[in-house]
Amino acid sequence: MSTPAVVSLEGVSKIYGSGEAAVAALRSVDLAVKTGEYVAIMGASGSGKSTMMNIIGCLDKPTSGRYELQGHDVSGIDEDTLSMVRSRLIGFVFQSFHLIPRMTAAANVELPLLYGGVGRDERRDRVSEVLDLVGLSDRASHRPNELSGGQQQRVAVGRALTMNPPLLLADEPTGNLDSTASADVMAMFDALHDEGRTIVLITHEDSVAEHARRIVQVSDGQIISDVLREPQGPVHMGAPA
Amino acid sequence: MTWRDTVITAWHGLTANVLRSALTMLGILIGVAAVIVLVAVGNGSAKAVNDAISALGTNTITVQAGRGEPGSFKLTQTMADALEDENLCPHVATVSPTITASATAAASQRTSSIDQVVGTVPSWFAAQNQPVETGRKLTSADVANSARVVVLAATTAEDLFGAADDAVGQRVKLGATSFQVVGILKSQGTGPSAFMTTAVAPISTVRTQLAGNGPLSSIVVQASDADSIGAAQAEVETVLRGLGHLNAGTTELPFSLQNASSLLETQESSGRTFTVLLGVVAGISLLVGGLGITNIMLVTVTERTREIGVRKALGAPRRTILRQFLLESSLLSLAGGLLGTALGLAVSQIDIIGITPVVVPGSVALALGVCLVIGVFFGSFPANRAAGLRPVDALRHE
Repeated sequence: MSTPAVVSLEGVSKIYGSGEAAVAALRSVDLAVKTGEYVAIMGASGSGKSTMMNIIGCLDKPTSGRYELQGHDVSGIDEDTLSMVRSRLIGFVFQSFHLIPRMTAAANVELPLLYGGVGRDERRDRVSEVLDLVGLSDRASHRPNELSGGQQQRVAVGRALTMNPPLLLADEPTGNLDSTASADVMAMFDALHDEGRTIVLITHEDSVAEHARRIVQVSDGQIISDVLREPQGPVHMGAPA
Repeated sequence: MTWRDTVITAWHGLTANVLRSALTMLGILIGVAAVIVLVAVGNGSAKAVNDAISALGTNTITVQAGRGEPGSFKLTQTMADALEDENLCPHVATVSPTITASATAAASQRTSSIDQVVGTVPSWFAAQNQPVETGRKLTSADVANSARVVVLAATTAEDLFGAADDAVGQRVKLGATSFQVVGILKSQGTGPSAFMTTAVAPISTVRTQLAGNGPLSSIVVQASDADSIGAAQAEVETVLRGLGHLNAGTTELPFSLQNASSLLETQESSGRTFTVLLGVVAGISLLVGGLGITNIMLVTVTERTREIGVRKALGAPRRTILRQFLLESSLLSLAGGLLGTALGLAVSQIDIIGITPVVVPGSVALALGVCLVIGVFFGSFPANRAAGLRPVDALRHE
């Protein structure tokens, strides 16, 4: 396969604390995610999947090992360069949406463009484009507290997409949503995957992971399984049968 | 991120909690207004006193017998005459010997106690800068004839006759002697000379009718012009030393020579102290306002930790976060400062406890400058804390 790796972890460890109190959250993890892949990282709480998400998202630095994002070694770079990396290369979707309150949907979507140094006219065009994409053009001037959970998460997905990052990183994207909204959001991810985007989902729910084409199981700071799945038909999200 | 965008972001941050921003601003506002008003009041009171002293005339020297042993040195008419000698004192223009006495004044049914009946000569009016408003001043003939005439201060005339204008021509009893009112002094506002002098009569009349044949209370000497006041003062001192039989080496003079400029100097230095004192008090309130900003910014940073995490996750570099919070605190203090300046200038238009405040432009600039420095200085600590947060910690913050 000649598709380049978006994410490449080589022997990545993360140790919290020091001395006897040291806790290894990740133990020498190797993982490669290629362009266009749709990966779910699964694990129970405390398994190290959140640490993995923080490291992949450049929100935290590994204690040891090498991490390349889009071919750039980001394991040793300084805080400000990391900010730029996050701005250009990663789109985040969080469990609790993390929209900035008191700012309209449009303003929230605009933020990454602002930090990415995009000019005003271009920002305006891109914001309406993205809001159109997530189907919330008519909610542009609404504040987060005037939107439903599903709508808020769609705004968040839109915000993650504004800079057109090569990697979309979602941390329990349906964790705070009811089944209908979950289906809605997951359908969006599926559609984005069909467009060829690289998506990494962090989740502990099988019903969410089922959407992915590759499932990585994490336990006790190590990858215990990594399987490819065949594409499936529409998955019914709802109460367990 | 452009400055324009940063300003807009900071503005959104401030308007997110209007009440809190307004209260913080109020601290700075009060501080700045206090600095401006208090300094203006201090300056205004100093200026009022200075004006009153300047009104005395800057080329006037007042000679008074000092604190020496009683009876050892007395100001006499002989001395006054000697000072008028052109050969002895070429720089002296006029000499007005005065005797003061206190008396009860009575007219028709009303009475008024008069602190100071000044017995003097016609030149006194010019030397003391006490022009006559209505009627006439005293004449040499009045002095020569021991005429029973009096020039009243406007306030005294009002006390006795209701209106100052009605007094001229009326009769007033000072002590046991009846005087005719011939003139009214021009009212001089609230300066010290206005309430000290209440009635002026010929020196000869006061000596015989009210004071007895005592020594002179003071001699008012007018130098030929303001520049020759030093020379005149030296001449007066020489003459008085001679007539008072003082040794040439005596340093502690039994009399004092006061001129308006020396009074002015004393007053100016005490006025400055007063203004500085008020300024310090106001400065402390400005500092407290600054601490209020730090406090609020710290609370804001803590409250918005998650927001900071989100912004960082979305790619906001450290300096952008730093700038945003610094700008928020600077905007708060600048807005507070400008409003405080407006309030301070407005309040300074009003008379405060009888003093007309005079705004010192420097105090406005200083207050605004300090205000900005406070905004940046007290804002930088919380801003730095916000910018230094690791995104992973900030996001996890509840």
